[in-house]
Amino acid sequence: MSKIQMPVEERIGKVIMVIVLCLASLAALYPFLYVFSMAISSPEHVLRRDVYLYPRGIGLEGYRLVFSNANIWRSYANTIYYTLVGTAINVTLTVLAAYPLSRPRFVLRRPLSLMITFTMFFGGGMIPFFIVISRLGLYNTRWGVLLPFAVSAWNIIIARTFYESIPEALIESATIDGAGNMVTLVKIVLPLSGSILSVLALFYAVGHWNSYFWPLVLLNNPELQPLQIYLYKILVQLKQDTMAGAQIGISRTVAAEQFKYSSIIVSILPIIVVYPFLQKYFVKGVMIGAVKG
Amino acid sequence: MNCGSEIWNGRKEGRQNFWRRLYKDRFFVAMILPVVVYYLLFSYYPMYGVLIAFKNYMPSKGIMGSEWVGLEYFRQFFGGIYFWRLLRNTLLISVYSLLWGFPIPIIFALMLNEFRDGAFKRVVQTFSYLPHFISIVVTCGMIINFLSPTGGIINLLVRAFGGKSINFLGKPQYFRTIYVASNIWQEFGWNSIIFIAALSGVDPQLYEAARIDGAGRFKQMLYVTIPSIMNTMIILLILNIGNIMSVGFEKIILLYNSATYETADVISTYVYRMGLQSLQYSYSSAVGLFNSVINVVLLVTSNAVAKRITGMGIW
Repeated sequence: MSKIQMPVEERIGKVIMVIVLCLASLAALYPFLYVFSMAISSPEHVLRRDVYLYPRGIGLEGYRLVFSNANIWRSYANTIYYTLVGTAINVTLTVLAAYPLSRPRFVLRRPLSLMITFTMFFGGGMIPFFIVISRLGLYNTRWGVLLPFAVSAWNIIIARTFYESIPEALIESATIDGAGNMVTLVKIVLPLSGSILSVLALFYAVGHWNSYFWPLVLLNNPELQPLQIYLYKILVQLKQDTMAGAQIGISRTVAAEQFKYSSIIVSILPIIVVYPFLQKYFVKGVMIGAVKG
Repeated sequence: MNCGSEIWNGRKEGRQNFWRRLYKDRFFVAMILPVVVYYLLFSYYPMYGVLIAFKNYMPSKGIMGSEWVGLEYFRQFFGGIYFWRLLRNTLLISVYSLLWGFPIPIIFALMLNEFRDGAFKRVVQTFSYLPHFISIVVTCGMIINFLSPTGGIINLLVRAFGGKSINFLGKPQYFRTIYVASNIWQEFGWNSIIFIAALSGVDPQLYEAARIDGAGRFKQMLYVTIPSIMNTMIILLILNIGNIMSVGFEKIILLYNSATYETADVISTYVYRMGLQSLQYSYSSAVGLFNSVINVVLLVTSNAVAKRITGMGIW
């Protein structure tokens, strides 16, 4: 209907917008395509540098090096550990704080909300934070990258906003029916929390998976370092870590380069794989946060 | 008359009431206790620890036992040769990020809004958010790789057009562009979410009314769409201005080097270098404190302005 009426200039405008949006999507995607193609192209093409978009030839040397590299395996395992344990701590503590703070009649609601939000605007800063962590004996321990980041004020506020939507009347009627606090929490509040729990878990998990700065500062021991530190060494400090023993010269350089691209792919793979399915939860999280904002 | 005693009684009752209510809420208190302990340990203890900015901190003597030096370190920072450079770099990187990074998500959202919900819109959105979830290390690793003077794809392009390879990350004049552009690449889709949501909430009747009045698509955008997201835009803009002194160090320390300090070194990276690399704890705490105080002032001011203009703020 309206298509017929659409004037020429509007149709041109629409075509231009389609082009711009396609270019924007391509720009967002291109670096990944390039890295992926460089990782699996055959070494001759990588050497000749004629891979621009799609893979040319097939070479799995980069991936072979990644999978035979003990350092990557170890740091990958560390990252999985920090992500699982850290997220479990994060989500638990966030709910433990957000639910009481969402109840209008909780006597400490205002002072504790203030205590938590204040930390979003002012803090002691990087150095006193580091000194405190060291003085608590957490330097160079696994707890050192878990406990100091056990909960985030912003996520507590997101969760509190969510729990505020559970009407007090529902809680009260449960109490009248003789449910104690614990029963109300487990039988009524938690079953309603599915979506907020997934939003929180996703935000926290991505944070752990990607975090590099504090692990870099706090974990000196390579045995404890997560994957991002390893990537930092090979991608930013450009340290060589390919035990491509027999190879020499140019093929070794190419192998080292493909090794880098393959490590990038291996490190972002979990995110890329789950991302399309979970995208709506991320967006939901932003929206819950924005209601307050 | 008995007014005063009533108040007195009320207060007394209130206090008793408080303890009774606290006891009644003991389950909630127990629930939230671990989080309170967390904030005391990892937020308020460091706030107390910032006292070392006014002391000559010796780890062996502790925070309390170290010798008091007053504003010595602040004086050292303000009088030092790097003060103006750090301030200028911090402000310029922020201002450029805002100037370029603020409008692009809005334009992106406005364009997407012209399309009906469907596969095209969904795919474009999905692709545009993706970079947001990639770690800073990988992003910077890709930047370093793409800009490499010996075979990075950007330099291949430069050479294809007859130019000479440029060591982009070694030249101060390119740093801000690299920083701002890569930030936009990573965040434009994600930052557009809030606008896309605001746009989808616009009452379709408004568009209908505009159409009946003879407004084309462009006029509809100008007179219906943009006014309806004005509040969101103003709030975000003001809040971004409030954040202007807080440039993150995480990305800069991966991209800068001593050759580019001239344009790349900001206050937070300087705190990191002085504190965690040179171990000048007291001096770097003082610099960090200076930065956080300015941040708080800016944020409180910008929030007050946002409240006055739009009636909404973040608290």
